[in-house]
Amino acid sequence: MTAVTTTGAAAFLGRYEGLRARLPGARLPWVQALRDQAAEAFRRVGFPTRRMEAWKYTDLTRAVSNSSFGEPLTGVGDTVEVRPSAHPRAVFVDGRFRADLSTLDGVAFTAESLADALPGLEGRLGALARPENEPMAALNGMLFEDGLVVDVPQGVAGGALELLSIATESERAPAFHPRHLVRLGEGASLTLIESATGPLGARYLHNPVFEIEVAAGARLNHGRLQQEGFDGVFLSTVYARVASDAAYDNFTLNAGAKLARNEIHVALVGPKAEAHMNGVQMVADGQHADTTTSLDHAAPDCSSRQTYKTVLAGRSRGVFQGKIHVHQVAQRTDGYQMNQALLLSPEAEIDSKPQLEIYADDVKCSHGATVGELDAEQMFFLRSRGIPETQAKAILVEAFLTEAVEGVADEAIRAALARGVAGWWRRQGLPAGIEVA
Amino acid sequence: MLKIENLHATVDGKPILNGVTLEIPSGEVHAIMGPNGSGKSTLSYVLAGREGYEVTEGSVTLNGVDLLAMEPEERAVAGVFLAFQAPVELPGVGNANFLRTALNAIRRARGEAEMDAMQFLKLARARMKVLNMPEEMLKRPVNVGFSGGEKKRNEMLQLALLAPKFAVLDETDSGLDIDALKLVADTVNSLRGPEFSALVITHYQRLLNHIVPDRVHVLSAGRVVRSGGPELAKELEASGYAGLQAAA
Repeated sequence: MTAVTTTGAAAFLGRYEGLRARLPGARLPWVQALRDQAAEAFRRVGFPTRRMEAWKYTDLTRAVSNSSFGEPLTGVGDTVEVRPSAHPRAVFVDGRFRADLSTLDGVAFTAESLADALPGLEGRLGALARPENEPMAALNGMLFEDGLVVDVPQGVAGGALELLSIATESERAPAFHPRHLVRLGEGASLTLIESATGPLGARYLHNPVFEIEVAAGARLNHGRLQQEGFDGVFLSTVYARVASDAAYDNFTLNAGAKLARNEIHVALVGPKAEAHMNGVQMVADGQHADTTTSLDHAAPDCSSRQTYKTVLAGRSRGVFQGKIHVHQVAQRTDGYQMNQALLLSPEAEIDSKPQLEIYADDVKCSHGATVGELDAEQMFFLRSRGIPETQAKAILVEAFLTEAVEGVADEAIRAALARGVAGWWRRQGLPAGIEVA
Repeated sequence: MLKIENLHATVDGKPILNGVTLEIPSGEVHAIMGPNGSGKSTLSYVLAGREGYEVTEGSVTLNGVDLLAMEPEERAVAGVFLAFQAPVELPGVGNANFLRTALNAIRRARGEAEMDAMQFLKLARARMKVLNMPEEMLKRPVNVGFSGGEKKRNEMLQLALLAPKFAVLDETDSGLDIDALKLVADTVNSLRGPEFSALVITHYQRLLNHIVPDRVHVLSAGRVVRSGGPELAKELEASGYAGLQAAA
């Protein structure tokens, strides 16, 4: 066993030892066993380091591994304000479900707090997460306290549901590790709009893990707006399992946090399953944003589409890693992956690593990557038509992002995304780009 | 009046313009002809303010105002327009949105009222009808998938909408059939008036049959080597530039 070398990891392990008997599900042997396994995995490896292939470009040393985080306080955040929404909504404050802020009445499916639902989740919780492979999932498995459990029964069109995570101002620099479980029965559908925010200047660690099961013929649109405060750390891991004729459509806006990782593992396990994974990373001075996807084609006749775009300003860093694994059984796989980066500053840096492993012989798989700067000719053209330089820049950046955004099927997600992009824009002090005629 | 005096410019340190002097009074349209490499396109880019084209000597003024001190967008606000020889494609930018953004940027900078979407569409549709452009060209991304003729007509649409005081047409006629050529000429002719002037850069006499210039200048090795009336274009068409270069 390797000794844990970082103070941060030691602190989390120490906290687990102290809280073990008091965490939700402490009296349920299967929960305790899951937590102990996760703790064991975390003790063995600690926080990911750059020596690990999957973390080669994202260094947690300063922001996480050698930092100290505290417990989220209970009972604070009573003054949290949430903007009104047209959709039913589950609200989490510092990782804990807040029934008083949530509006879940009248939905055609079940949506409840994981802490409450825990006794009924044996065999489901932990079915997809792999603490032995992913250290952040191990940390989550050890210390999760709450989360959202969504069940859309067979054949039910669930409409849209918002999942809001709000971090509050706190001197304790809280760490929270929500575990969210989403399950769609056969032929069911749901649009899940997830949003993570926090105040400027607040230091915290948000480490959510999603376990998502999409049964045969079902469709989940999963829009994710990561707009954490700029001193926050967001390390998220999504596991999704998609059955035959089912579709999982993930769109992630990675725009906030000092350090953010959007890690997605999708397994297509039934014939004709589909995965769409699109995203936009908008990275400003001092930020680091990482999107890491891993796609398992484990059944024949499945298709996957990935388009990721990263815009980098100031002294910032972006990462895209995309792995597609086509199993021998996955004949007639149709896979496509594109990642493109636009560097707005000479001090910005992007690392991009596509990785294809193909073991079937009848497949169509393509991938591409581009890195570029703003096109001087396009800039001159726009300016020669009277458009000021900063606005011309904004127009070209918007145009660059358009392809990824247009790939989003769901109207509500597209609208939320447009708001997210506009917000980033304002924070950069950039004017609006194009006027819509 | 556009006044160019002793203009010298370099690209990548290489001298391209070597003392161009030219006056285009308001209300007049002048043509510039000349062999390849004589500096015609460089002159158009220098007038519009493109980066990388360095003016080392001389001056350019529009109605007495120094153009060379201005950014490209400020020149547009001052009334300068360049029709590109190779119109630029903007994937992901809708044509209508682009046109309205440009029009309003200029109006805003001039302290004029901005146009709302309705007013703009009405104006754009009217101009497009004259240019024989189908309305769906408003919805497509700027110049993406446009034929050569469609791109040039789109440049003319911008010219008509932005209604500049001084326009440079950089070989707008290249690659156009006679119908498209006439539409280009119609657009320029419709703008002609006491407040408007233009510089038409072309290789061929053909365009000048439809836009009859007040003066024709011949550019060679970065200098105006000869000027004359519209008949000069016809003479060049017959005899070529060889003799002129020898004389220069």
